[in-house]
Amino acid sequence: MANGVLVLAELADGAPAPITAELVGAAQRLNAGPVSAMLIGSGVEGAAARITGVETVYVVDNPALAEYTNDAYTQAAVAAAQQAEPAVILLGQTDTGRDLAPALAYKLNTAAAMDTIALEMKDGRLHTTRPAYGGNARAVNSFAAAPAVATVRPKSQDAVEGGSAGRVVKVDFAAGAVRSHVTARTVASSEGVRLEDADVVVTGGRGLGGPEGFQGIEELAHLLGGAVGASRAVADLGWRPVAEQVGLTGKVVSPTIYIAVAVSGASQHMAGCSGSKNIIAINKDPEANIFKAARFGIVGDYKTVLPALIAAVKKAKAGA
Amino acid sequence: MHIVVCVKQVPDWDIPPASFKVDEAAKKVVPPPGVAPVPSQFDAIAVEAAMRIKDAAADTKVTIMSLGAASARDVIKHGLAMGGDEGVLLVDDAFNDLDSTGTATVLSSAIKKLGDVGLVLTGRQAVDWDLGVTGTLIAEMLGAPVITFAKSVTVAGGKVTVERVLPDAFETVEAPLPAVVTVSNELGEPRYPKLQQIMAAARKQVNQWGAADLGLDAAALAPRLTLERLFVPVTDTKVEIMEGDTPEEQADALVRRLQEAKLI
Repeated sequence: MANGVLVLAELADGAPAPITAELVGAAQRLNAGPVSAMLIGSGVEGAAARITGVETVYVVDNPALAEYTNDAYTQAAVAAAQQAEPAVILLGQTDTGRDLAPALAYKLNTAAAMDTIALEMKDGRLHTTRPAYGGNARAVNSFAAAPAVATVRPKSQDAVEGGSAGRVVKVDFAAGAVRSHVTARTVASSEGVRLEDADVVVTGGRGLGGPEGFQGIEELAHLLGGAVGASRAVADLGWRPVAEQVGLTGKVVSPTIYIAVAVSGASQHMAGCSGSKNIIAINKDPEANIFKAARFGIVGDYKTVLPALIAAVKKAKAGA
Repeated sequence: MHIVVCVKQVPDWDIPPASFKVDEAAKKVVPPPGVAPVPSQFDAIAVEAAMRIKDAAADTKVTIMSLGAASARDVIKHGLAMGGDEGVLLVDDAFNDLDSTGTATVLSSAIKKLGDVGLVLTGRQAVDWDLGVTGTLIAEMLGAPVITFAKSVTVAGGKVTVERVLPDAFETVEAPLPAVVTVSNELGEPRYPKLQQIMAAARKQVNQWGAADLGLDAAALAPRLTLERLFVPVTDTKVEIMEGDTPEEQADALVRRLQEAKLI
C-alpha cells in the first residue's frame, strides 16, 4: 500500500541544495506518512547522511548519472519510487525537476502538477495550487491517479533544517538506454550575488531605453548588496544576459526588497517577482501595472530619479 | 524530413491584467469582448524553429497540428502562412477539457497516424496552463527522446542538436531522430507572414480528425489531473507613492520610509 511522501533531493557543491530542505518541510507539513528522499547522481552516496528530517534516503548512485539526462534520471527516479512506494512525490521546479517530473509521472502511470506554490491533503488526497495564465490566475488540482507527483516552486515553502539523518538504502539500478547526450555546457558568467539568493534585486525594464540605462541599476544593486535583474523584453533585446531575466520563463525571485525600474509589470514578469516581500516601483507612468503590486512607488523618469536615489542611499549609509 | 509542430490556441495573453476575468463556476477564463484567441506564444516560436530547419533544407515538410475547438483552424492557418505545408486539426467533443495526458494522447496518436515524422516541436509551455509537460508526454508516448527549452534546433545526419537554456547555463544536447524538442523564447521572434503567404495559406490542406479517426475512446482520454478550482488571486497591496517636488525629495522620502521599515 502506497504511503508517505518521497522528495527528490538535489545537491549544490556536494551539500543539499536549499530546495531539498524546502521539499522536506513541505512533505512533513502534509502529514501524509513517513517522509523519505531520493538522491540521484554519481558519487553522491556520501552526501546522503547530510539529508535530514527524513526517515529514509534512497540512493541511486551510478556513473551513468554523472550528468543530467532525461532518460537516465527518469529511470533512476522510477527505480527509487518503485522501492519507496510513496503516495506523493515532490520535486523542485528546478532545471532537473521541471524536466524530470512529467516523464517520471508518465512512467508511473500518473500525472504531474508543475510549479506548485501550495500543497494540502484533503480527504486523503493531495491538492495543489499553482499559478496559471502567466500568473493572472491560480489553479487548484487534485489527482485521479496515484502517486500524486508535484513540482514545488523554490522558496515557496519554508525549509525544515536539522533533525536526524535518514537510513540510507541503496537502490539497485542498471542504466538502460540513454538516447540524449550533453556534448557541451557553458555556464553563464555571473558576478556577485546569485539572483535567486539575493536579498535585494534591482531590475531594469524596457523603459530604460537601452543597455546603457543599466549603469545606474548596477550601481544601486551594488550599493544595496543586491543583484541585477532584467525584464524579458530586455533579455530578448540582448541588453542583458538571459541569466538575469526575472519572470515566468526566467528566474523566480523572492527577495526582501525588489526594486523595479522602468518595468511595466506585465503578468509574465510579475509571475517571477510577486513573492518579493517589498516591491518598490519607479516608473514615469502612474498607471503602470507594477504599482498595483508595489508597497512603495516613485512616479518619475528614471533618468532623474535613479541618480537621486543612489545619492540618498549613499547619504543614508554614510550616516549609519 | 517531416516535422510536426503542435500549436495551441489560447486566450490572448497580451491584455492588461485588469481585463483578465475568470468564470469560477465554469472554471474557465472569460476573454474580454472583441479580443480573439491567438496561437500560444511559444508555439509560434516552435513554428519559427521548424521554418529555420526548412530554410536550410528545402526537402523538409512541416505539418502544423492543433488540438482544440473548430476555431483552432486559425492558428493552423497562421502556421501555414509562416511557411508550413499542411495542417491537422483535431476536433471532437471527446477532446473537450482534456488534461495534459489526454492532450498528449490525442497529439501522439495523430503523429503516429501521419507515420513518417522525424521531429516534433512544441512550445516550452502553453501560455494558458503554463505546465510545460505536453512535449515530454508526447515523447514518452512515441517512445522518442525529448529535449526541453531549446534556443536553437538543427538537424543533420539523423540527429537533432539542441542548445538548451538553463537558468545559469547553456547546454548542447544531441539525440537521435525521431525526437521531440520543446522550444523557448530565446530562440527569437517568430517570422511575420506576408500578405501573399497569408493568401497562399488559405489554399493549403488542413485535415480534420476526431476520436474515431485516431481509434481513441473515453477510457484512453480519462483525466489523471482534475481541475478543482480556477480563480484570480486577490492582492491587497496598496502602494504608497513618494511625494516630493523634485526627484531628490522623492528619493529622500523613499529612503526614509525604508529606514523606518528597517529595510535598509
